[in-house]
Amino acid sequence: MAEFLLTLKSDFIKCFITKNRWKFITEGLTATLKITLLSCIMGIVIGLVVAIVRSTYDKNYSQMRRGLGKFLLAVGNFFCNIYLTVIRGTPVVVQLMIMYYIIFATSSNGILIAVSAFGINSGAYVAEIFRSGIMSVDNGQFEAGRSLGFGYISTMLYIVFPQAFKSVLPALANEFIVLLKETSVAGYVAIKDLTKGGDIIRGATYETFMPLLAVAGIYLVMVIFFTKLVNILERRLRKSER
Amino acid sequence: MSDNTIIKVNGLKKHFTGGTVKALDGVDLEIKKGEVIVIIGPSGCGKSTFLRSLNLLETPTEGEIFLEGVNITDPQNNINLHRQKMGMVFQQFNLFPHMTILKNITLAPIKLLRQNKKDAEENALSLLKRVGLADRANAYPSQLSGGQKQRIAIVRALAMNPEVMLFDEPTSALDPEMVGEVLEVMKELAQEGMTMVVVTHEMGFAKEVADKVIFMEEGKIAETGSPEEIFQNPKHPRLKEFLGKVL
Repeated sequence: MAEFLLTLKSDFIKCFITKNRWKFITEGLTATLKITLLSCIMGIVIGLVVAIVRSTYDKNYSQMRRGLGKFLLAVGNFFCNIYLTVIRGTPVVVQLMIMYYIIFATSSNGILIAVSAFGINSGAYVAEIFRSGIMSVDNGQFEAGRSLGFGYISTMLYIVFPQAFKSVLPALANEFIVLLKETSVAGYVAIKDLTKGGDIIRGATYETFMPLLAVAGIYLVMVIFFTKLVNILERRLRKSER
Repeated sequence: MSDNTIIKVNGLKKHFTGGTVKALDGVDLEIKKGEVIVIIGPSGCGKSTFLRSLNLLETPTEGEIFLEGVNITDPQNNINLHRQKMGMVFQQFNLFPHMTILKNITLAPIKLLRQNKKDAEENALSLLKRVGLADRANAYPSQLSGGQKQRIAIVRALAMNPEVMLFDEPTSALDPEMVGEVLEVMKELAQEGMTMVVVTHEMGFAKEVADKVIFMEEGKIAETGSPEEIFQNPKHPRLKEFLGKVL
């Protein structure tokens, strides 16, 4: 037993203390968090726009008067559908490689490449989450807003979105957690994220146990932390349903 | 059109699913200021569709609606401005569940009429007092009974100072013992001279409060008259049959 602990200690020193190797972990963690947060924001922005176009189309297209508005909506909806099909129909690693080797072939800004790839990817999933939320709000809410004199956009803004957001929060949080773990493939294109950091230590020390478990542990702690955070937020939003 | 006409409807038609279902099949009506109109009829006769067409929640297929002389069915006119003058009360209340009662009532006056928060809240509280719910201002809709919710919904519409109030079966989703409290509020409104169009199955309310009762059948107005004429001396055979079932 004592011998085992001693090996563990020397492994630990070798993996993290010697040559300041812990920096691979902390720098990787910073990169992972940066990528996740920025792609999350990007995903929410893209998702919101796509969800608005798609749900507006679903709700109103059949009753709209012919004209430029109807035409633009049809075109918008068409492109949104292509976006959703392509992004959800191809693996994220392939999208990341396309971003790295084709679209940003001349750039070496790893974070920018990763955020673009993961943000665009996440946007597709977030869009469907938001859309289901918007469609789940009872149409009577929408009618009540319009009957008071609110326009389409104000009704959405003040009445539909707040309720939709509340109902999609668990799914949105789940998407964030998936995204956090998904960014671990960033190492594929030489971006030094948390997983890659652990991998570099493994390559340098020929130790597998310590670096990989450390990386797994850090992901786990982050996921648990975010889950707790979302639970608190959910409980606060549920106040009105008591 | 006489001076005190507030709403005038000409040849209103509403077809669904490409014209196969004629929910409204040519409705003409003139509503005068301060009048209380009650629309009755069997389910599926188009009475709700007609009411919802008045503020264009349903877009009419054909026909015109004039509110205070302005053709609101003309796409050139901003319908949002006209809807502010027509308060609507729904069968399912449709209070905003994520807002307190006070916020439900003051949202539209603050955002649309540009009232300042203090004035809007004072006005809301005095309206709430009138319906006996001033103490619930900070509650959420889910904490209220059906009757209370519907009274709040009426207050929310009134807070916009509408010219006309539209009621779409306001008591149909209520437990029987709560119907009275809502009808009471509506009765008071009528006595204060509010112009009202009410779709309802409450024949007692129609008899007591209505200036004019309209019986609709298959998307048309089959018979119009004072409550006495309609209830004591019905002429249309379908109206006789209908009254025989509901009275």
